[in-house]
Amino acid sequence: MLFVELIVKGLVYGCMYAMMAVGLTLVYGLLRILHIAHAGVFALGAYMVVTVANATGSLAAGFLVALVVSALAGMAIYRLAYQPILGHPPFVPMVVSIGLFIVMQEAFRMIFGAYGIAFDTNPWYVATISPGGITFNYVEIAMVIASVVLLLGFGLFAGLTRAGIAWRATVTDPQMATSFGVDPVRVRYLNFMFGSALAGIAGGLVGLLNNYVEPTMGGLVSYKALAIIVLGGLGSVRGTLIASLILGVVESFGTIYLADVFDRDAIGFLFLIVVLMVRPQGLLGRK
Amino acid sequence: MSAYIASLVSVIGINMILALGLNIISGFCGQVSLGHAAFYGIGAYTAAYLCKLGVPLPLTLLAGTIMAGAIGIVVGLTSLRVRDDFLAVTTMGIGFVFLGFVRKQKWLGGELGISGIPGSGLDPVVYAGLILLFAAAVIVFSLWLKRSWMGFTFDAVADDEDAARTVGVNVSTYKLTAFGIGTALAGLAGGLYIYFARIILPDTFDFVQSIAILTMVVIGGTGSVWGVVAATIGLTLLPEVSRAAADYRLLIFGAMLMLVMRFSPGGLAGLATMLKRRKAAPKEVP
Repeated sequence: MLFVELIVKGLVYGCMYAMMAVGLTLVYGLLRILHIAHAGVFALGAYMVVTVANATGSLAAGFLVALVVSALAGMAIYRLAYQPILGHPPFVPMVVSIGLFIVMQEAFRMIFGAYGIAFDTNPWYVATISPGGITFNYVEIAMVIASVVLLLGFGLFAGLTRAGIAWRATVTDPQMATSFGVDPVRVRYLNFMFGSALAGIAGGLVGLLNNYVEPTMGGLVSYKALAIIVLGGLGSVRGTLIASLILGVVESFGTIYLADVFDRDAIGFLFLIVVLMVRPQGLLGRK
Repeated sequence: MSAYIASLVSVIGINMILALGLNIISGFCGQVSLGHAAFYGIGAYTAAYLCKLGVPLPLTLLAGTIMAGAIGIVVGLTSLRVRDDFLAVTTMGIGFVFLGFVRKQKWLGGELGISGIPGSGLDPVVYAGLILLFAAAVIVFSLWLKRSWMGFTFDAVADDEDAARTVGVNVSTYKLTAFGIGTALAGLAGGLYIYFARIILPDTFDFVQSIAILTMVVIGGTGSVWGVVAATIGLTLLPEVSRAAADYRLLIFGAMLMLVMRFSPGGLAGLATMLKRRKAAPKEVP
């Protein structure tokens, strides 16, 4: 029973990682930037949910605001931080991203206080159901539903709509797509908009799950998301999804069986390093 | 020299050794590392553990240096398999693996770290002088390394790995050497740190510390010895000079990283070269 429970709980975490990691993969696939500041967007989403929900009493309003604000923040990050330095070697945007992340984290500390905010009421946190003997609270359920719906929605968008096809064309061959009349700048905005909205929602859900929102909450999740996108083979969306779920499960087993040697956060990276030694291009990456 | 100045000088010296070590890996040899603090930690933990067993100072420093360097070479092996962005994330992961390991080890004090480390037996002022002496030696070594054959080869590897391999450079050996030297220096800094701080906590060696070291290198100008030295002094003194700068230290670091990369990716050193060229320019125009 423990075995099944570990797998299921691991998959729940995997869904959360997926929402975070897909945004990073989208940015990497398009611009070859390790978008570390994604963590800032994640925390921003969480702060929007908690402040709006506490002020209005409506979680739905909180998530709506978080969705819009994080999408706008993502577009602003692209325009202000990345666009001016696109031609530079990869080291430059990476350092800019680290700098931006630190600035965002410190800004949250100044605006919202260093000690974090709890939800006034968190009905999803206390309500539980136990299908098949495994207990979930509603936040975990919401996390799974949100990630499946949003990622499926994105898959349909990318596969079926004109804008989605333009996006895929630009990722595959930016120059060719441009000469066929696709505006690469609009594709980039779209990319940041969608990825950041996902991260904002994920942040809000994690805030609910911990019943607590703090300035540094984005850090660890996004470092793990970076590990995931490398694990999945940088830029591969399918690889990222698989790697997210695998990491969730590996972590949940690791916290039980390796508890005396490593803490939870180290296990994911340990797994990453082992995989990279065997497959340097990641799980689904091409050489 | 008062005790305050002595402690300030000690911190500057230790940071300088750390930054110059990373500069050899990232600046000279072009290998990104986001986990430099882990090797600082390995040196500190090794030295502190031995020190508590009664091992004298020179041996603890040596052990810390060798331990960090040896593990650094093992980590450097990853750089043979993965490049650029993959390497950045891998080295970042090494930092978390180190912290995650140390936190769970009862014999290393777990979350509480190692406290009650005996002092160096030297006056704080003399000890600060010793740290400074080590830092000066590292500066001289870096300057020499940069102009040596090995330095040129590092340059070639940093510039274009495949081209370097084509002309017969054994890229793997040089990468491992750079990792070995850079991380060994971090270990030395860790050893020096314990006699100064007398207590070590796992969180001293976290990702933020790695980023702080990276900031010094990047703002100074990756690859430039004097640039890194200047940036280390400036960034270490900044929080001491003004109370506001101390409160917003990380904010300032972050903003500087963004601005420097945006306007002068070569850091202070790049800026200096640019100004020199601009000054020289009118003479070239007839």
